[in-house]
Amino acid sequence: MSALLHVDNIGKRFYGFVALDGINLEVQPAERLGLIGPNGSGKSTLVNCICGTLQNETGSVHFDGKVLDGLAAHERTHRGLARSFQLPRPFHSMTLADNLRIPLLYTVRAREGMLHAHGDLAARCHELLQMVGLADKAKRLPRDLTQVEMRKLELARAMAAEPKLLIADESMAGLSHSEVDDILALLLRLNERGITVILIEHIMSAVMRFSQRLAVLVSGKKVADGKPEDVVRNPDVVRAYLGQ
Amino acid sequence: MNTTAFSLSAAAIGLALLVVAHWLGVDYLYFAGYTILQFIVLATAWNILGGYCGYVNFGSAAFFAIGAYSSVFWYKFHPLPVPVLIVFGAVVSGIVGLGTGYLTLRLRGAFFSIATLAMAVVFQTLVVNWDYVGGSRGAYIIRPESLEVAGLTINYIEYLFALMLVLAVIALVTARAIERSQLGYGLATIRDDELAAEACGVPTLRLKLIATTLSGAFMGMAGAPFPYYIGYLQPQSAFGLEYAVNSIAMPMIGGTTSWLGPLIGTLLLGSAQQYATVTISSAVNLLIVGLMLVAFVIIAPNGLIGLVQERLRARRRS
Repeated sequence: MSALLHVDNIGKRFYGFVALDGINLEVQPAERLGLIGPNGSGKSTLVNCICGTLQNETGSVHFDGKVLDGLAAHERTHRGLARSFQLPRPFHSMTLADNLRIPLLYTVRAREGMLHAHGDLAARCHELLQMVGLADKAKRLPRDLTQVEMRKLELARAMAAEPKLLIADESMAGLSHSEVDDILALLLRLNERGITVILIEHIMSAVMRFSQRLAVLVSGKKVADGKPEDVVRNPDVVRAYLGQ
Repeated sequence: MNTTAFSLSAAAIGLALLVVAHWLGVDYLYFAGYTILQFIVLATAWNILGGYCGYVNFGSAAFFAIGAYSSVFWYKFHPLPVPVLIVFGAVVSGIVGLGTGYLTLRLRGAFFSIATLAMAVVFQTLVVNWDYVGGSRGAYIIRPESLEVAGLTINYIEYLFALMLVLAVIALVTARAIERSQLGYGLATIRDDELAAEACGVPTLRLKLIATTLSGAFMGMAGAPFPYYIGYLQPQSAFGLEYAVNSIAMPMIGGTTSWLGPLIGTLLLGSAQQYATVTISSAVNLLIVGLMLVAFVIIAPNGLIGLVQERLRARRRS
């Protein structure tokens, strides 16, 4: 099976600081990959390079058989890459329904080259809000939401773009156990629909439950990649996390 | 109300205003009305970029002046009817808006604002040193007393008032149509969070360029008839601080997220300024702007529209 995402030897520096040093990564269609690493290991920089928020200086990113290098972030979204942010970034002046309307208008419409009737858009927004349990708050503003609801909105908005690959960047940070379970269940449901998911997370119990495969970054380098139970026993990973 | 119905209603209100003004037959009404309508166009134009998109432009006076000086250029080269000059002013200012946007839109926040201010200074320096359009001396435009249209003799200032009324209607209809369109949604996402907008598939750079072009074009439209209105145009008046300040203050007072905001802000502030000009002094204009801005920043930071929306939302929640 050919990889959906192929990150080929990408590197990124911020002035003298090496944030990513020749990262190689492959993600198969419908796979659940956990991406972990201590703070400052380069996880978010890698996501930003994949999604086009940052441009990698070396190497290239291939997605769905095509090279993404040089494409702007919105063009990569049109190709089927979606992400949620570490800190939720809703459109504050818009209702929840309108927040979801944006990717439908700008990505799904652009990709399919067809116009959705107003009713279609509203129905799709409602369906997505229902999926994350926020249908009753469709007309509310994001500021009325709790932390976990904000995370759900973030995921629903990423899903509205109808992606092939979803990158969930610390979607569970700061949540309680039951809230983590909620988000995890949601991500698993999305994966069951055939969507490939990369989960970046510090909550190891959640990562272990979710991931079919685990990749570990330390100081901008990939130090491990494999089955979760093998990776957590890898001496380099143990050293990075426990300093032994 | 759909855009067609709104356009027809706005045109009907405009026509009614014109008939009332003609019936009253007071010249001052045309002069004062022209200034208020001109600021409706300017404030609405500023709001397309500053309010809808969140990019604060301090260079409104430059776009206005480009429209005005393009008319002076044609007056010297080969006089043309004012409606043609308006189109020409819009095209030139729109192109300058596009160019400015292309050069500056990678800047954000205060850096973008400073760049637009610098752009205004650059254009003012160019005009001051361009002898053909009068340079620092300024240029005289001899305005005809009247105009013959279909056998009717129309007072020229009434004609200019009518033209500015049409421009105000066009600006408001356009702003409202943008607000409710896919473009409007896209611009709002840029205002709220540009990074998230890109992640949702919004082509932010393209939308910002559309906004700078449209905003610049409308400001140029507002400036094009100005030399005919004022009769003598000099760089200090065309690039005047009052255009930059008013075009920001008026939407801020009315509310920047809706087409109605700049209209309400202009009616409030513009009327107060006209009243002060007649009863106190024209020099007090900027003082009024300053005081009202301070008051609104404290009482209603999102403008009058924002204040009303907030109250309605609170009532709905309780």
